[in-house]
Amino acid sequence: MQNTSLLIILIGMTAFAYFAGRSRSLAIVGGPARTTRLHSLPGYYGYFTAIWCLLPALGLLLAWILLEPRVIAALTVQGLSDTQRSMSAGELNLLLNNIQNLALGDAISGTADESLQAAADRFTQLTKQSRQLLAVLVFGLSGLAAFFAWRRIHPDFRARNSVENITRLLLLAASTIAIFTTVGIVLSVLFEALRFFQKVPATEFLFGLNWSPQTAIRADQVGSSGSFGAVPLFTGTLLITAVAMVFATPVGLLTAIYLSEYASKTVRSVAKPLLEILAGIPTVVYGFFAALTVAPWIRNTGEAAGLSVSSESALAAGLVMGIMIIPLVSSLSDDAINAVPTAMRDGALGLGSTRSETMRKVILPAALPGIVGGILLAVSRAIGETMIVVMAAGLAANLTANPFEAVTTVTVQIVTLLVGDQEFDSAKTLAAFALGLMLFVVTLLLNVLGLYVVRKYREQYD
Amino acid sequence: MSERSAIDDQPAQGASGITPPAPVQESALVNAIADKPDSSATDGEFKTVGEYRCQNPYLVAENVDVHYGSNHAIKNVSLEIGKKEVIALIGPSGCGKSTFLRCLNRMNDSIESAVVSGDIRLDGEDIYSKSLDPVVLRARVGIVFQKPNPFPKSIYDNVAYGPRIHGLAADRAELDEIVHSSLERAGLLEEVKDRLDDPGTGLSGGQQQRLCIARTIAINPEVILMDEPCSALDPIATAKVEDLMDQLAQEYSIVIVTHSMQQAARVSRRVAYFHLGHLIEVNDTDTVFTNPEHKLTEDYITGRIG
Repeated sequence: MQNTSLLIILIGMTAFAYFAGRSRSLAIVGGPARTTRLHSLPGYYGYFTAIWCLLPALGLLLAWILLEPRVIAALTVQGLSDTQRSMSAGELNLLLNNIQNLALGDAISGTADESLQAAADRFTQLTKQSRQLLAVLVFGLSGLAAFFAWRRIHPDFRARNSVENITRLLLLAASTIAIFTTVGIVLSVLFEALRFFQKVPATEFLFGLNWSPQTAIRADQVGSSGSFGAVPLFTGTLLITAVAMVFATPVGLLTAIYLSEYASKTVRSVAKPLLEILAGIPTVVYGFFAALTVAPWIRNTGEAAGLSVSSESALAAGLVMGIMIIPLVSSLSDDAINAVPTAMRDGALGLGSTRSETMRKVILPAALPGIVGGILLAVSRAIGETMIVVMAAGLAANLTANPFEAVTTVTVQIVTLLVGDQEFDSAKTLAAFALGLMLFVVTLLLNVLGLYVVRKYREQYD
Repeated sequence: MSERSAIDDQPAQGASGITPPAPVQESALVNAIADKPDSSATDGEFKTVGEYRCQNPYLVAENVDVHYGSNHAIKNVSLEIGKKEVIALIGPSGCGKSTFLRCLNRMNDSIESAVVSGDIRLDGEDIYSKSLDPVVLRARVGIVFQKPNPFPKSIYDNVAYGPRIHGLAADRAELDEIVHSSLERAGLLEEVKDRLDDPGTGLSGGQQQRLCIARTIAINPEVILMDEPCSALDPIATAKVEDLMDQLAQEYSIVIVTHSMQQAARVSRRVAYFHLGHLIEVNDTDTVFTNPEHKLTEDYITGRIG
């Protein structure tokens, strides 16, 4: 039986269990008029039965789906001849693959001889048995669990508490998925980075001034041995981030001040959604805006002014990135400004302050920690931004502080290192993980700092 | 404004016509308004009893109406506030006394939907005229709010804030002098003189409120508005603030909104009773609390409404 039809029948059984549990609870106390004698509402007895009908069987089904291929493979191998079983793991895998393909009617490598055909038949047989066994077990477990749950229904039975406990566990399970994914990603990046640091010393990576990750793939290939000094990447990232923040901080902050304190309701109701649209533009669109419009414009303007400007300049990427994070800065600053109690405004106005005095001397100082927190979050966003810099900032790892030159960033290098044919244990590929780890650590620190500042500030008035 | 001449005629008549027993008081009032579609026609019915005028008027409100959108919050209120006089505005919640107070230094300007009409004059000058800058007005008519709202700055900077923005001190020594004397007049100097650099928000509630009063008197206003200044304070802090009001009354006109009738009786010379946006009665404090002219006032001070 197919997994889908199994599932559909299981859901049907669950629905039945719900009604069975509910009506039993009603029957026990003698009708809907006397439900007050029940500990919980009748629906909870229904849910309780339904959960027991569904969850254990579902768990079994999932476990079966996960384990089935391995068990069947192991059983298939047992049926093979001794010579075949004594093959190396890789060859055995290929053979198993062939058997499976033959059984499923796909193309196989080599010719299908008799022993292979026998093994394939055995494989088909095993799969079929497994399916039947699964169906019997799932329905059996489901029915049995539901039956015992149904038997437990009693006026004093605390069905609501049980259901709520199970709900809590389900919620917990959902949240752990996200947490474990994060932990898994961090660990995998960490271990790959450690492998990189076995090949390239951490000091060279952290303090080296030369970034040229091209390495010879084969021993006889002509190529540089590669150098992995990440300082030019860090400075490039910092340069572009700095350009972006120099542009976005004042613009975003002034926008927030205008919208929260000066703008009329009508202006606000139009301007705020428009700003949010700016936040919703995909970064790749910003990227070609930077590469095709802003960068040439900056180069032409620069040349007209007698400056030498690279066609892929840090300035172009930084400016466009700044535009991208304006909504972030302005909405976080807006929150911070709005969090300053109206009593502060009234106090300042009541003393005869003008609006700008109120803003400069009372509201901004009070909102400053929140604004700083918001800016830190924006910086971490800028550091992690990839698409705009890939398209607009270039690939040359120049160690420079000149925003008119092409620079490259950590994220751009991660992209270029992992794009294309690479063996996965070369220093070049592993360098991407080391860069990723650095990026992760820096943005994590900035986020923690930003959130800490924001939270500390909030406590002041609550 | 032509109806004004009629105000003093037969002061209690309108009241006697609409004073059924206490429980139906409010609905009767509402019905009386609803009966007359033209609000100006109802003015005669609700003209203020007692004496809304005073001997030496300094801040004068005449025929003031306030609308918040469609909500008519203040209905044709006229009231004179004398020089160096303490007047208390009392009345049940939502009767418009705080709204009226906030009209007196145009704090309602910051509420977009508020529309104020009528005449309010400070020392003969129309405060709602276009030529008058509300910023200057608020320096002349200071306000103390219900909840103490010191700025998140040091105690010193809180008091120095007003003098600084208005340029009242030529140098640091003069500023020090203003800060010290303001704190002293607010009765706070003894308690805070060793920690002027500590944040104002670290003081106790009563101290914070006196700091806000010090902050207000530091710019030497002519009138001080107080919007339930003691409702967030304990009795001891309240007593201190009330003492302070007595002293301040030597120099300033004070308009205080309060829910505590004992407080109104203790600190004020005159009392104005508001009800559903109408100014019902203005009289000497003694008269209001011992022998109120209007039935509504009597019901309120005896605890039957509000």
